[in-house]
Amino acid sequence: MIRSEILKEIAPILRDELVVCNIGIPSQELHAIDDQPSNFYMLGTMGLASSIGLGLALAQPKPVIVIDGDGSVLTNLGTLPTIANNVADNYILLIIDNGSYGSTGDQPTYAGRKTSLAKVAEACGCERVIECSAEDTGRVLQEALEAREMTVIVSKCESGNAKMPVITMDPVVIRDRFMKAVEA
Amino acid sequence: MSIDSRITDDLVASRIEFVTTVPCKQLAGVIDEIDKRAEIAHVPSNKEDEGMGLCAGAWMGGKRPAIIMQNTALGVTLNTLATLTQFYRMPLPMLISYRGELGEPVACQVEMAIHTKALLAQMHIPTYHFHDQGDVAELPKILDYTFMCNKPVAILTDASFWGGY
Repeated sequence: MIRSEILKEIAPILRDELVVCNIGIPSQELHAIDDQPSNFYMLGTMGLASSIGLGLALAQPKPVIVIDGDGSVLTNLGTLPTIANNVADNYILLIIDNGSYGSTGDQPTYAGRKTSLAKVAEACGCERVIECSAEDTGRVLQEALEAREMTVIVSKCESGNAKMPVITMDPVVIRDRFMKAVEA
Repeated sequence: MSIDSRITDDLVASRIEFVTTVPCKQLAGVIDEIDKRAEIAHVPSNKEDEGMGLCAGAWMGGKRPAIIMQNTALGVTLNTLATLTQFYRMPLPMLISYRGELGEPVACQVEMAIHTKALLAQMHIPTYHFHDQGDVAELPKILDYTFMCNKPVAILTDASFWGGY
């Protein structure tokens, strides 16, 4: 399975939740599969999805699901100790780990070689870390929502992208409708 | 009242409830003070751009944020300021220690100090410079201004303001 197939499968779970989605093709795929006002699409700023999601989870009580990538987490590796040490039980970090920088031409990341992001997250102090196959992602995500416990999921999948259009929505519109969804 | 307490009181009075910090010796007192206040969630970050991400999320979650950082890190935050804070029109007060100004004992600090105001001007970030302790009187209005216009706003605080090194 590739990322877009995972997103298609988990779209019904994501639909009613606050979602912060990683820059580039992941946001384009989620936007094309199931656009929702409760999705915050990152149009730039590689690496900060997990940080934006953590700030959001600490500031309000609704569950927050962050869809991140292995390359983006590697860009902002300092996020994992911050997540571990500021526990928000309404926070789920779903790292779709396809071992590559998907948006830039599928160059390999170190997570696809010797580096285990699940072990890094554990070493940083994250207490509920689950590595799973792409096929199990929906079940693991649903269980994480039900557990109401801060969870880091590393979903191992194949490299590859679906061809989806660029998001042309204005960033202020994305942000405004997302904030209304947070308040609703 | 100490300058650290006064700054923290102003943050609380402006309903700032989420503060992220990356430490600087000059900011140590205000960071300690913020950490003690029940009204403020203090979330230290490992890098300033990470902190700006946290602030963006906190603001969308309904809490007024602020970041406390050193000017030497301004360079690592430029992309975040442009593509997150400014692109999505988010407010962010940035209380910045202005290292490398008069009285600075460490030569390397001067290297980013000479770029600090130019970078902020290039980024079109409204910038205030606290040099005398009395300048702190403007802080409440600067905070109001930040949340009125939904922009990042920089407050540079130099060694003279903090009373030396």
